[in-house]
Amino acid sequence: MNAFAGFVRKEAFHILRDRQTFWILLLMPLVQVLIFGYAVRTDVRDVRIAIVDPTPSTATRALVQRFASSSRFQLMGVYPTMQSLDDGFRSGVLRQAVVLPRDADRLLRGQATLPIQLITDGADPNTGSVMQSYATAIIQRWHAESVVRAGSLRIDLATRMRYNPTLESVNLFVPGLIALVLTIVSAMMTAISITREKETGTMEMLLVSPLHPWAIVAGKVAPYVAMGFANVLLVLGAAWGVFGMPLRGSLVLLLAECLLYILNALALGIVISTSAQTQRTAMIAALAGLLLPTLMLSGFIFPLESLPTPLRLFTNIVPARWFLLIVRGIMVKGAGLATLWQETLILVGMTLALLVLGARRLAIRLD
Amino acid sequence: MSAFAIETHGLTRRFGEFVAVRDLTFHVAQGEVFGFLGANGAGKTTAMRMLIGLLEPSDGSAQVAGYDIATDSEAVRRNIGYMSQKFSLYDDLTVQENITLYGGIYGLSNAQIAERTHALLGRIGLEHARKELVRRIPLGWKQQLALSVALLHEPKIVFLDEPTGGVDPITRRRFWELIYETAAAGTTVLVTTHYLDEAEYCDRLSIMVEGAIAAMGTPGEVKREFGVTSLDELFLQLTRPGAA
Repeated sequence: MNAFAGFVRKEAFHILRDRQTFWILLLMPLVQVLIFGYAVRTDVRDVRIAIVDPTPSTATRALVQRFASSSRFQLMGVYPTMQSLDDGFRSGVLRQAVVLPRDADRLLRGQATLPIQLITDGADPNTGSVMQSYATAIIQRWHAESVVRAGSLRIDLATRMRYNPTLESVNLFVPGLIALVLTIVSAMMTAISITREKETGTMEMLLVSPLHPWAIVAGKVAPYVAMGFANVLLVLGAAWGVFGMPLRGSLVLLLAECLLYILNALALGIVISTSAQTQRTAMIAALAGLLLPTLMLSGFIFPLESLPTPLRLFTNIVPARWFLLIVRGIMVKGAGLATLWQETLILVGMTLALLVLGARRLAIRLD
Repeated sequence: MSAFAIETHGLTRRFGEFVAVRDLTFHVAQGEVFGFLGANGAGKTTAMRMLIGLLEPSDGSAQVAGYDIATDSEAVRRNIGYMSQKFSLYDDLTVQENITLYGGIYGLSNAQIAERTHALLGRIGLEHARKELVRRIPLGWKQQLALSVALLHEPKIVFLDEPTGGVDPITRRRFWELIYETAAAGTTVLVTTHYLDEAEYCDRLSIMVEGAIAAMGTPGEVKREFGVTSLDELFLQLTRPGAA
């Protein structure tokens, strides 16, 4: 074990002496949490809205009041006609508009339907649909309370976003961010550090030595396990400390699952490094082959439900997809292993398969 | 236990249709300095890589330090040293850290490592640079250091793959003195090169052409056999038959 310890020490030297890379790897996740937390928000606030009301009345003023007092909306004005809306939308002053019919008050009292037009800026479809649902909710509530008709049935629909009632995006991106960071630190850095030894020729020296190939690989990845774990703690710490993200489940289980995902990423890195001959190839393979699927096909950025069927089937072999389910389950829903055992088992299976694949290709050694 | 340090029978390596090494049969006595000559792509490096276990032979067998390379590669590994044509120490570690790392890998004790570090750095005159990063020391010294590190665990056989590439003549001479000292201490040396003046330093040599051995013996023997006065001439005759 003396030989192995010396080998791990040497690998730690490599990481610690490359100061720039070290600090980038350590601080990048933190910066990403802050950027995602402050800049990339899918929860919507201060939507600039206008209301067109040709015939103001007590009832319609109540609707205006509801929009004005909501923190989601910023009321830009109440206009008698639709004339100014086009310019407002085009210049971006307006994101949304509610258009009431003439004599809304009378229609509300009568038996006829009340046609209301809701116009939303759909340039960004994601926030567009969120804005739409917020506005719809306000209008429905107003309608429910202002229509007082004896004998008629009134539906009181109470909606609630479970686990994330205020739709905080921090709950969505932190699990994805952990997956992303671990893919970079564990998979990409492992692949690069192994191929670097191939490039410089030191790998040959190691393979010719009595060190078992597995000891070489284990020694090379060990420091990256530590690094990945430090990153997980940093990201979780920032999510909790800065953004108040909840942890409803078990911290121990969460960290254990993160460790499992780190091993999975390392195994991927090993597999890449067994086929890539240069650091550049390894990096491109890791970026295109791992980073993009982790970003796009894991449910991190795009909802899995919105993907076309072939792609949705493909996501089943993206480890991050299962990891995201697990982390969201633990952090946001407070789920335990009893509910998450299937996802965990899939990750374990993937990791083992990758390790076996890596070992078999490693056994062929160098050509 | 074979009487020879290295013994091969019909060693062959194919890459698809291409035969890189064809039916290689030769032996190297213990303590011998054996030269592997040939043009680029003649199969020298491929042959060496099979002997040290980096490449599986397609056919044939070989014994290195008395152990079969196919069935007993662990034992082979413990008994050989290797210096590749790429510079193979860690640039971002110090001289001492490199030595300690390889000493540890070959299972030397800390006391052994300290003692041998002292001896080897003294021999190549690099004591003062013990704590320098390898990146900062001149190439000539790096090569000597790499050889010394390959010899650190006192292997029975050391394999040197074009060890003097890109080194100035004085350093090359110094390097060969180190090789002689090593052989005198009983270590067998197998060295590939395409410097023909270096071939003259070898006890015995073989010239490979297109994957097969075209000539083998002491420098004097092969010159007599082909009726030439210099290895240069022989080399040209063998590698470019039309020109001779």
